[in-house]
Amino acid sequence: MNLIQIAWRNIRQRGLASTLTMISLALGIGLTVLVLAIYGIIEDAFRRNSSVGYNLIVGAKGSPLQLTLNTVYYLSRPIETIPYDVYLEYLSADERATQAVTYSGEGIVDTSRDGKFAPYMVGGFAIPVALGDYFGPYRVVATTPDFFDLLKHGPSVDQDFTFAQGRNFLLDDATHGAFEAVVGSRVASDMQIKIGDTIDLSHGDPDGHGHGVAFVVVGILNPTGTPNDRAAFVNLEGFYLMEGHARVIEPDADSSAPSGTTAEDDDQVTGEGDLEVEKIALSYAPLPIARRDLTAILLRSDPIFAAKMQKTINKQLRTQAAAPVGEISNLLGVIVDPLRTALLTITVVTCLVAAVGILVSIYNSMSDRKRDIAVMRALGARRDTVLGIILVESLLIALGGAILGWVLAHLALKLAGGFIEERTGVQVGFFTLSPAEGWTIPLVLALATLAGFLPALVGYRTNVAENLNP
Amino acid sequence: MNLAWERGFQEMLSLTNVLKTFPQPGGGTLTVLDIASLQLGAGEQVALVGRSGGGKTTLLHAIAGITRIDSGSIVVGGVDLTKLSEAGCDRYRAACIGYVFQTFNLLPGFTALENVRLGMTFASGRHDLPRAKMLLDRVGLGDRLDYRPKQLSVGQQQRVAIARALAGRPKLLLADEPTANVDPANQQAIVDLIRQTCLDEGITLLLVTHTREVSDQFSRVEHLDQINRIFRHLEVQTSS
Repeated sequence: MNLIQIAWRNIRQRGLASTLTMISLALGIGLTVLVLAIYGIIEDAFRRNSSVGYNLIVGAKGSPLQLTLNTVYYLSRPIETIPYDVYLEYLSADERATQAVTYSGEGIVDTSRDGKFAPYMVGGFAIPVALGDYFGPYRVVATTPDFFDLLKHGPSVDQDFTFAQGRNFLLDDATHGAFEAVVGSRVASDMQIKIGDTIDLSHGDPDGHGHGVAFVVVGILNPTGTPNDRAAFVNLEGFYLMEGHARVIEPDADSSAPSGTTAEDDDQVTGEGDLEVEKIALSYAPLPIARRDLTAILLRSDPIFAAKMQKTINKQLRTQAAAPVGEISNLLGVIVDPLRTALLTITVVTCLVAAVGILVSIYNSMSDRKRDIAVMRALGARRDTVLGIILVESLLIALGGAILGWVLAHLALKLAGGFIEERTGVQVGFFTLSPAEGWTIPLVLALATLAGFLPALVGYRTNVAENLNP
Repeated sequence: MNLAWERGFQEMLSLTNVLKTFPQPGGGTLTVLDIASLQLGAGEQVALVGRSGGGKTTLLHAIAGITRIDSGSIVVGGVDLTKLSEAGCDRYRAACIGYVFQTFNLLPGFTALENVRLGMTFASGRHDLPRAKMLLDRVGLGDRLDYRPKQLSVGQQQRVAIARALAGRPKLLLADEPTANVDPANQQAIVDLIRQTCLDEGITLLLVTHTREVSDQFSRVEHLDQINRIFRHLEVQTSS
């Protein structure tokens, strides 16, 4: 028989106490592994979603973090808006001219020059975004078809947006005009949306009044694991045509004055009951550039240019540029990293408590086992053999508890895998490991070895002659 | 005292001027052993008799290297125990000594076979499973290998203890009143088993007993009351 077999027999001899110690250890370890895994999932979800194919977000001056949370994660209240002509500064002269012609901007937009930041945009793109409406509890993103044509997602930001059903919306569809919509996978499943359904957006918040304008759903996205699964996307042109989405121009207002008029302000100015909701005809006239606002502009450019452009933009009075990856890293550094420290502290404390549990369990058994130890010594077991047997016992209990806890935690993760993937896009399997749990089990084993030393010393020092006597 | 070689044996055990005292709670010491000389030859079988509390178990513990003596020497197989370290005593015990306890001292969490293998593990570090089974078969427990001690009768438990003591191929078997807790029907069987096995394996036997029927079977019987000088002092004090 080797030491492990002898130690295992001793554990079985004290079956109830050993099992209870192991279970309490397993629960502690399982909880720790589960918490660490959930933390890993949260961190992973935040980091992967912070990079969705664009490297800068331009929005109204204020908190860059809020701009990021609002634009990337569709969290928090919508921020202030920026005039549409800010967007034009990222376009070439030709593109500016096209915009001016299409959206009644002649005489307002200087089409003789490239946009101020157009030189930085070589090989990149700018996608306008307007937020503020809701479809049920989900945020509505008014944008252009470029959103799905140009942006990527996935861990390596190399996956195109694909449609489970239907297609991308068009700027001006022959049948639906500017009133086409695409919904994220979760929105489709939760709201039971199918292709051809119409959706009515509520204004300002989930409980806001409906616009009374129907967008036809023409596409349902495949799950992406990004916040886009939880959003509905509508054509920006249709969005502008809805009540309360046009900027109010006061007669004496300077067109270059800072734009801070939000949809809510618009309602307040005109009065809730003064506007009649009208069914907008398919042969719509696009909203003029002068009355257009945006919440954000998503920019993709060469990283070297992006850094320089961000500095330049941030020197301006009205707008700011936020780098979402950097903002999320900062957020993780400020909030999530301390959380990780707290979790790791809890892990260490849990492991310590587990080790103390093993110590108490084995130590309490020592008085009953002195005779057995004396017998083993009389049979020729050396002192260090006895020491080894008790340490191995401690290790086996710790190993059993740690493995059981790990299995329980990962079983729970596997069972919740579908739910987690649906909500976060993070795929979780039975063998998905978080970095911290890699040393949880070694830590428990090390502490168990330390904990085993005290009872092992008692065994080591057991007086053979005294304890052999009947 | 006859020397072993004079009786045709090579010397296995030799005690010379062995003194063992124990400290007393109220101060002072209690002398338990004061033996001038005792020798056993290799392969010899000797019964040791004496009164209860006379130091028989202490003497066996001293020979096994479990208890350290205050002075004198104990030489077993040419090894002087008094010169061995604690670890050396452990190694000596594992290599040379088989011990059958009065109360069997089987480990309750281990089966009969495991108890025997345990003795083998500590003695030689080898895992000679066939020998363990053979020994249990020899003591009549070949069909009880997986029984735990509490599932065995008292006589069967003592048989397991004998098999365990023999498992490590000891040079000297110390049996401390092995029949004390066994019913009369089993006493003779136990004694026969021990003696025959020692004979077969060339093991020296020192068997402590207080039963006349047992001691009478041995050609050599040592009376601790005679070889332990503390009893002579007591007798002198009593007579004076």
